[in-house]
Amino acid sequence: MSEKVLMRGTHVIGEAAIRAGCRFYAGYPITPQNELTEYMAAQMARYPGRVFIQAESELSAINMVIGASMAGARAMTSSSSPGISLKQEGISYLAGQELPAVIVNTVRGGPGLGNIAPTQGDYFQATRGGGHGDYRTIVLAPYSGQELADLTVKAFEYADRYRNPVMILADGMMGQMMEPVVLPEPIDPVTLPKGDYILDGAKGRPSRLVKSLYLDPPVMEEHNWKLFRKYQQIAREITTWEDFMIEDAKLVIVAYGTCARIAKGAIRRLREMDLKVGMLRPITLYPFPSKPMKELTLKVKSFLVIELSTGQMLEDVRLAVEGRAKVHFYGRPGGVVPTPDEIAKHTNLIYHRQGLEGEDYE
Amino acid sequence: MSKVIYKRPRYLKPNIFHYCPGCGHSIIHRLIAEVLEELDIGEKAICVPPAGCAVLAYNYIDVDMGEAPHGRAAAVATGIKRMLPDRVVFTYQGDGDIAAIGTAEIIHAANRGERITAIFVNNGVYGMTGGQMAPTTLPGQISTTTPSGRDLRRDGPPLDLSEMLAIARGSVYIERTAVNSPKNIRNTKRAVEKAFKVQLADLGFSLVEILSQCPTNWKMTPQDSLKHIDNVVTKFYPLKVIKDETGL
Ligand SMILES: Cc1ncc(C[n+]2csc(CCOP(=O)(O)OP(=O)(O)O)c2C)c(N)n1
Repeated sequence: MSEKVLMRGTHVIGEAAIRAGCRFYAGYPITPQNELTEYMAAQMARYPGRVFIQAESELSAINMVIGASMAGARAMTSSSSPGISLKQEGISYLAGQELPAVIVNTVRGGPGLGNIAPTQGDYFQATRGGGHGDYRTIVLAPYSGQELADLTVKAFEYADRYRNPVMILADGMMGQMMEPVVLPEPIDPVTLPKGDYILDGAKGRPSRLVKSLYLDPPVMEEHNWKLFRKYQQIAREITTWEDFMIEDAKLVIVAYGTCARIAKGAIRRLREMDLKVGMLRPITLYPFPSKPMKELTLKVKSFLVIELSTGQMLEDVRLAVEGRAKVHFYGRPGGVVPTPDEIAKHTNLIYHRQGLEGEDYE
Repeated sequence: MSKVIYKRPRYLKPNIFHYCPGCGHSIIHRLIAEVLEELDIGEKAICVPPAGCAVLAYNYIDVDMGEAPHGRAAAVATGIKRMLPDRVVFTYQGDGDIAAIGTAEIIHAANRGERITAIFVNNGVYGMTGGQMAPTTLPGQISTTTPSGRDLRRDGPPLDLSEMLAIARGSVYIERTAVNSPKNIRNTKRAVEKAFKVQLADLGFSLVEILSQCPTNWKMTPQDSLKHIDNVVTKFYPLKVIKDETGL
């Protein structure tokens, strides 16, 4: 087991990717994630056979990743919101061609050029596909330095296991944060199993084809259903979330990433005031932890969704609880980050308005 | 005893081409297959076919193939080649693919000196989508989106992509050829072979632009389309070595 090191969030992702056996990285400068690209530029050069390319655009970067992935390499690209918009074409192709790849989005303010402050405004884009076609991207939402490391490794594992693009959804706050982290043990990429679909020249075997073109509708339909079954399997196998002080909670906050971190601070304060508040923190945004949320409605009738947006994950929470509980919302879009006090105050208000302080559900 | 003077190349699948009668793509496919066999590189070749009429190239050329989004072939090929530097990686792209939507990717791949080969099939139209104007459509040429001919004021003149790529310092070999006569076909084969040799020798980026007839969208008979290449297209796009810094 390695010891703890103090590292900036962006560097944690880069180092974890390298240790996970990432052999190809392509990026294009955009704030607030340049330190990741710069880290990869410096570090990939230290390993023979690993490649860093500064691409001419995010479009090119994701397509280079497609190529590297076809060639059987663990491959990654990273960007921030406007650049991630450009990558959507490639992500759709990765999904259609069933190729593994890891995409890091350090979300910033939008729409348009927006700003470079932390937001969660890309939730829809990340979890709903973003590109064209009937597909899903696995989306992981780290909320601490340690999770940046752990989920980066998981991202590569999931990508390979399901032959699907995986997105790590972070923000500038996560990226800048310095925390002690235990880094994963390095994997030598040559020890990773070789996919039976990769393109490396048809020597002693029939030639292979990686494609997403299915001109015949019934064949395309079967491909779509096949992908659908895969997404169902993904939902069964990797849905992850954290329950925080949930046992006796009368009001449950739902938040992810940076927001969940702030909400934890708020919950500790509220608990000191004897308010029974807990949190369900989705770690996989796709697949979304709908099932535990629905089960929770058996005893919890008030949810509070907190996001750095005008309400996107909110829709998934509403879909999950299916009207069995009241779903409140508190959002700060545009790069404004609320304080734990602010969240505590707002939660307190809802708690009392709902009359949760007196009655007992049991 | 009869002597075999021609047979299907090893890397050409025994499938019937879907291309229109008189189309140049099928000739170009065969030439590539012949060169792959003659250089004995079919087992280490990886092709990146485009979105375009040649999107089904994998039904014909029998090597590993990885489909690229429209225009992105050079970036996809870059990713493959960087991970597998000892393989032969080539793109097969139409003029819309390489000279319109894919300009950024091809210019920067060429400029980085990516050790890839681009086969650039210039038929002067967007064939697959039904004959719209391409960046290479000639002045005055009628297409479905230039119904009264390409208007230079409105549409600009045809783009000299190969000449542009020759300026990029990372490119080492660029030649324009045609497949409208036995002589030109032989010459195209020589150029394709040379482009692959450039890659094998790790010299830099190589590209062969092949003027290709499209009787269907030019609204001509196959015979007339062959003459059209000599009489009209080559006047604008002369057949020549545009850049050769290979020493080969
Ligand atoms: C992003 C995107 N835009 C448009 C298309 C539609 N499309 C398919 S092929 C093509 C152009 C084909 O022309 P060209 O590259 O000249 O090749 P040709 O068919 O003439 O061989 C277009 C526009 C697409 N597949 N993807």
